[in-house]
Amino acid sequence: MSRTAASAPADTTIADPAIIPATDASAATAAPASASLPLAKALNAGLRQAMKENSKVVLMGEDIGPLGGVFRVTEGLHAEFGDKRVLDTPLAEAGIVGTAIGLALRGYRPVCEIQFDGFVFPGFNQITTQLARMRNRHEGSVSMPVVIRIPYGGHIGSIEHHQESPEAYFAHTPGLRVVSPSNPHDAYWMLQEAIRSDDPVIFFEPKSRYWPKGEVHFGESGTPLHASRVVRAGTDVTVVGHGAMVSVLLQAAEIAEAEGISLEVVDLRSISPIDYGPILGSVEKTGRLVVAQEASGFVSVGSEIAATVTEKAFYTLQAPVLRVSGFDAPFPAAAVETYFLPSPDRVLEAVDRALSY
Amino acid sequence: MAATPDEFFVPASGAESPTVRMLTADGTFQPSDAAAEYLPYLDRISEADHRRFYRDMVVVRKFDIEAANLQRQGQLALWVPSHGQEAAQVGSAYATRAQDHVFPSYREHVVGMIRGIDVVDILRMLRGVTLGGWKPEEHGNFHLYTLVLASQTLHATGFAMGMQLDGSTATGNPETDQAVIVYYGDGASSEGEASEALVYAASYQTPQVFFLQNNQWAISVPVSRQSRTPLYKRAGGFGIPGTQIDGNDVLASYAVTAKHLDDARSGRGPALIEAVTYRVGAHTTADDPTKYRTADETASWVARDPIVRFRTYLQGLGIEQQFLDDVDVEAADFAADVRRRALEIRGPEKHTIFDNVYAEAHPRIDEQRAWLDSYEASFEGGNA
Repeated sequence: MSRTAASAPADTTIADPAIIPATDASAATAAPASASLPLAKALNAGLRQAMKENSKVVLMGEDIGPLGGVFRVTEGLHAEFGDKRVLDTPLAEAGIVGTAIGLALRGYRPVCEIQFDGFVFPGFNQITTQLARMRNRHEGSVSMPVVIRIPYGGHIGSIEHHQESPEAYFAHTPGLRVVSPSNPHDAYWMLQEAIRSDDPVIFFEPKSRYWPKGEVHFGESGTPLHASRVVRAGTDVTVVGHGAMVSVLLQAAEIAEAEGISLEVVDLRSISPIDYGPILGSVEKTGRLVVAQEASGFVSVGSEIAATVTEKAFYTLQAPVLRVSGFDAPFPAAAVETYFLPSPDRVLEAVDRALSY
Repeated sequence: MAATPDEFFVPASGAESPTVRMLTADGTFQPSDAAAEYLPYLDRISEADHRRFYRDMVVVRKFDIEAANLQRQGQLALWVPSHGQEAAQVGSAYATRAQDHVFPSYREHVVGMIRGIDVVDILRMLRGVTLGGWKPEEHGNFHLYTLVLASQTLHATGFAMGMQLDGSTATGNPETDQAVIVYYGDGASSEGEASEALVYAASYQTPQVFFLQNNQWAISVPVSRQSRTPLYKRAGGFGIPGTQIDGNDVLASYAVTAKHLDDARSGRGPALIEAVTYRVGAHTTADDPTKYRTADETASWVARDPIVRFRTYLQGLGIEQQFLDDVDVEAADFAADVRRRALEIRGPEKHTIFDNVYAEAHPRIDEQRAWLDSYEASFEGGNA
């Protein structure tokens, strides 16, 4: 298989993911049934909708008030809902999560913004030893409807601690749910569903996908929060990823198609729990699986999928499950990040290996 | 660094002391200068309240000894003694109102008792049959013990923020306005989260009292390793009023907590109280205090015993000996009943491993619960 230029940036817009057709436009309101929005704006619309529907939804985080957050995801919400619904907090992540737990005990549904992936760790204790266990140690007498939004991942050429993919730490923790949308439509709906959940949800936002636009259908999600989904049908090799990696996989599939290889792309969407139905259904067809992720590969989401698919589809597999991951090194200086981040070519290299068995 | 607490961690004697004290160590009612503004709060308590204070301190002391015995006899995995800290806890607990919420650390047994939990539920946790033990909303808003030090300070602050957001405080009605009191200790005061809680409390002016029991020792490390300044003075750096009290004086604990909870409920913001006391017993039954502190030091604090002090005071007021004797009998009966009930504690059913991990259905939990059933059933006579 020939190769395109190495390390192509992930800039392919994902094909319209909505399975459900646009809703009836004859409704009395003039609201459009759909709109083309960047993912960041879709999140903003999802937050606004959730805040309108439930007065107990409060936003907390650093710089999320008049500024609208460093990525402007909360832009306009402070002006619309005021100080009591949008809380610019002191600069302390354990404080954000710890007070969110207290607010949840009081009956609120806090949505916390962690400014960057690498800054979640001062709050890690509150998330793992407190938030995740609160319902369990209360023997079910309390719920923890807390959402922690974390912009994550590379591709933005930023400085240290601004391009991390720490999802495995949270997926490893019982009591948490972990999700990551790959496109604006899912971002709009998954965020609202996460806010409606009575369990704590760690909501990873692929920050490199904040600004490409995609069609958002306001009528219905079409896919439950914790469902994975085939976003491109194929027959030769199944490729699975989440967040920004889905764009890379779709790019890889286009390149492969031109070369006569058919990739089936599965958007994981939910990292904990993982919905294995579409993955196993796809592997049933292809017999080959490549899992791609920006995170380091050792003890990762990809490791978990490889182990489980091997266990559940052993006689179907024609090749070992292969992982394409960030290296087991700290996320590097931005000048060399393209070597670290899985590119379409690195995915296709693994596809070639899978096909060689 | 000194191996024992520095001078300023021990309440200075004399009227000029910055420490709020109502009763001297020998049980004489002799308020310190710092106590002046708190004296009116003592008018709120009746002779019947005095009797309750005394009764609860004696009962929890006996309970504490019984629980330690149960641990020594293999009936509890661990025990966390509160011996010596009864006055700080009883006084502050009686200063709360029914509508308030209490976030304990893990040594506030009598606070829980006063707020309405069954203390055997504490033993269930320490026997290893539950991770929690009670429903706060059904037991005087006494929240669960928290074992990761200082984590609860932030929960308390968030909860108090919620009281503000839903307008449950500072309405001008002291019968319904709510506040939060959170307990932590000298060791926990070093945790970053304790400082973050003070930052948030100050920023949002939460209706909240931080009740810091300085019992001089964080397991084996003296308070002088935690702080080179008296802990109540830290509050000032956060923009919060801080007050040091003689933690072995139940009247000081009541009056100062009552004032600051009143202030909190009426919208005047948070406060910190440092109750200087002493952990007479071990940190837990897994600890050996003889390895790090002297018998003389402990003896000097036993001489300031909070129960003896208050009993002497009550005797000075002419309380009848029969009452004191009756309390001793009641405490012994209470402890005997606790022992009997502790021995009847049974472990939970195995499926509780999977219960309440999530509020909503979760495939991994469902699969693993089913697997455990089938595994158990695979044994001869399996009864899954």
